[in-house]
Amino acid sequence: MKATAAKPLPHPMEDLIRMDRIPHIWCSGCGTGSVFMACLSAIKESGIPYNEFSMVSGIGCSGRGAGYINVDSFHTTHGRAIPFATGIKMAKPDLNVIVFSGDGDLFAIGGNHFIHAARRNMDITVICVNNLIYGMTGGQVAATTPHKAKSSTTAAGNPETPFNLPLLAYASGATFVARWTMLHSRDIADAVQMALNNKGFSFIEVLSPCPINYGRRNKEKALETLRLYHDNTIIKSNADLSELDIDFKRGVVLGNFINKEKPSHDEQYSKIYHAEAG
Amino acid sequence: MTRKAIKKDETMVFWRDPLDSDDIHVTRGVVHIIEERCKGCGYCIAYCPRKVLERSKDFNSNGYHPPTVKSEECLDCCYCQLLCPEFAIFTVEAT
Repeated sequence: MKATAAKPLPHPMEDLIRMDRIPHIWCSGCGTGSVFMACLSAIKESGIPYNEFSMVSGIGCSGRGAGYINVDSFHTTHGRAIPFATGIKMAKPDLNVIVFSGDGDLFAIGGNHFIHAARRNMDITVICVNNLIYGMTGGQVAATTPHKAKSSTTAAGNPETPFNLPLLAYASGATFVARWTMLHSRDIADAVQMALNNKGFSFIEVLSPCPINYGRRNKEKALETLRLYHDNTIIKSNADLSELDIDFKRGVVLGNFINKEKPSHDEQYSKIYHAEAG
Repeated sequence: MTRKAIKKDETMVFWRDPLDSDDIHVTRGVVHIIEERCKGCGYCIAYCPRKVLERSKDFNSNGYHPPTVKSEECLDCCYCQLLCPEFAIFTVEAT
């Protein structure tokens, strides 16, 4: 529109983004930016002051999220986003700590940290941008790459079975478990708000296309991946978690699966160790 | 890219005018595009529920084709704003 080109308005999220770092590193067609945007809109809509948030990221494409958000944030070593977030939460229990990272960082290099933070029911929100591959390092096979999918290290197809992330989170003790795709922006924003309100370990898996390193080898353009997300997904919040394997031929199940109450780590810890002080 | 699922119910047809159609306030929006930030992924063009956008013939300085507004049908749903990975498009309510 010519009238707006003459007098540009600022983007409504510019107060939450470090504008000096934009444009970001994410490729054309990458969904990480959309997931990041949905997360920012949830933070904005929650009405909580920005200085009560902290974002922690690991290494990887989506690990750059902590560098682009204009709240106190932490870009940590590979796989160690959750231990740093645990430390922040233990030191400042009033902060809303959000871990924004990728599937390789959270489940391959940092897999043990994830299951133990879920077991302790640490009051943090983990958003996993699942692009099914190690995108930044050149498309190697990851713990979430689907069976028979091609990657740079499995050129004839992946012989392994991938993780079922919502089942893993639930079995480890998470109290909020959800899965969406990057196309379901408003559902992600709602899930992030529910996770912020949940006192305990919250896990949100978000499927996102990687057109450069996954799509190129598996003959999937970014908009074709989005069409899969649109046509071959089923929203079923009371689904059996053991049937949540990612198989687009059968249909990928999305929803807010688990939302239950359990005493969080802070409550248990302060009950035993700070009882006389409080 | 043709999208049959969206094309089918692109325009909603009523078999008669709803009785309260005069009272219903339909929101209208104005699309703002920050062309220099666009990386040409085409998400906003493919997923606008009213098909308001189309690919521009012009380039921005990085060589991508940003979207342009082709019709005034925007309903201010903000979906392009939520979906854009580059923070390059947003809508405001028309005054």
